[in-house]
Amino acid sequence: MLSVTGLTMRFGGLKAVDDLSFEAAAGEITAVIGPNGAGKTTVFNCITGFYRPTEGGIALTNDQGVRFALDRMAGHRIASRAKVARTFQNVRLFAGMTVLENLLVAQHNVLMRASGLTIFAVLGLGGFRKAERRGLDNARHWLDRIGLLDRADDMAGALPYGAQRRLEIARAMCIDPVLLCLDEPAAGLNPRETEALNALLQTIRADGCSLLLIEHDMGVVMRISDHIVVLDHGKKIADGTPAEVRADSAVIAAYLGEGDEDEDEAAA
Amino acid sequence: MTATLALIGVSAYYGAVQALRNVDLEVNPGEIVTLIGANGAGKSTLMMTVCGNPRARAGTILHEGHDITHLSTHLIMRRGIAQSPEGRRIFGRMTVYENLLMGAEAAGRTDTPALLEEMFALFPRLRERIGQRGGTLSGGEQQMLAIARALMSRPRLLLLDEPSLGLAPLVARQIFGAIRELNERTGLTVLLVEQNAYQALRLAHRGYVLVNGAITMAGTGTELLARPEVRAAYLEGGHA
Repeated sequence: MLSVTGLTMRFGGLKAVDDLSFEAAAGEITAVIGPNGAGKTTVFNCITGFYRPTEGGIALTNDQGVRFALDRMAGHRIASRAKVARTFQNVRLFAGMTVLENLLVAQHNVLMRASGLTIFAVLGLGGFRKAERRGLDNARHWLDRIGLLDRADDMAGALPYGAQRRLEIARAMCIDPVLLCLDEPAAGLNPRETEALNALLQTIRADGCSLLLIEHDMGVVMRISDHIVVLDHGKKIADGTPAEVRADSAVIAAYLGEGDEDEDEAAA
Repeated sequence: MTATLALIGVSAYYGAVQALRNVDLEVNPGEIVTLIGANGAGKSTLMMTVCGNPRARAGTILHEGHDITHLSTHLIMRRGIAQSPEGRRIFGRMTVYENLLMGAEAAGRTDTPALLEEMFALFPRLRERIGQRGGTLSGGEQQMLAIARALMSRPRLLLLDEPSLGLAPLVARQIFGAIRELNERTGLTVLLVEQNAYQALRLAHRGYVLVNGAITMAGTGTELLARPEVRAAYLEGGHA
């Protein structure tokens, strides 16, 4: 579904991503892991159009068989046409807008089209009213799924951190993406919130959306990923199922380290 | 024995919202003390209040017996307190080297070459990135820089807010190891906030549980780990 071939990204003399190729299959959760500074977020930025790759191609084929060359598309078109949505390492909600408004902003393009340069909207014509109703229903659906329906009219900035992170995922989902890219969604979450995140991501996958995930919490990565790509210094050092990657000596040396008894004990 | 840090009946507010309620807390010399609590319980606020932002509106904060409740932040730093804040807050337009110098400079230290070598031993990645601007580092590298910058002042009290956030598992383990080592070797006193309550309680000598800005429980790491209510609220439901 997503196919990255020979991707290279240079910043001046620094090669952040070096001839990287991997595939992410439709309907799967693909995790990208690796040491800090390995180039994971840079790969995300290339896929979502924040950077234009120095070399290489990124192609996305949706379930209708339409192929998009993401490396040549503008960022906003990657979101609106190819339907790739993302979140960021740090929370980037509109803190001064309500929870509901944050989800409506995500549907701005659809609503603007329906509003006919705002004329239909001002006149309150049927087409716009229907689109607006759909937008609200969609937002309500996601608020319900992330357990924030009762906070719909609160300022997004006033939510606890864990709820803000869930809201970001909901906002991304409101564009109805075929591929959702999450950059460290579990960072700063406590074990209980992490558990809820795992469940949410699994239901998103069950609905048919593919996920690309950067995460350092192995309790998330190893539990819900179908496929893991491991980067180090911009290059791929391993690629496989969680069990394969966990046993890979190069991955243990560069990233995981020896022994996970601590965490096993905690879960016991 | 005079406590390194003592909070007596401290309350803090954001506008009209009370974030800390009558908090009593002590950190003794050579201790690692951790704060456990849900997101939004006030853990970070407590650390920020020690540094004078937000100011405590009621109560007293003592550092080694001196009242620092109304002291300016830079004077609090000069007393040998350093913070690695949540959200990193490194200087994005300064290089890694300059960021580290700022840590030493702010505390008036002159032995920077030796301190730098120590930091590079702890985080080899920072040596590779020494001339790069802080803002161009990856998230995890910025976290390393924030911790190293705090350590550059050779603090007598280190405030660490979620040091493992965004770090690879191997590096997170190294950081916990380094904190323990510094504590045992140099007697570094640490106040630690960490989402991974299990790791934090294992590392800490003592812990406090914070709920809605008030302290509800205190005890040694082992005691708190054994409490069913602590396990249920902060330990279970994650990490395999």
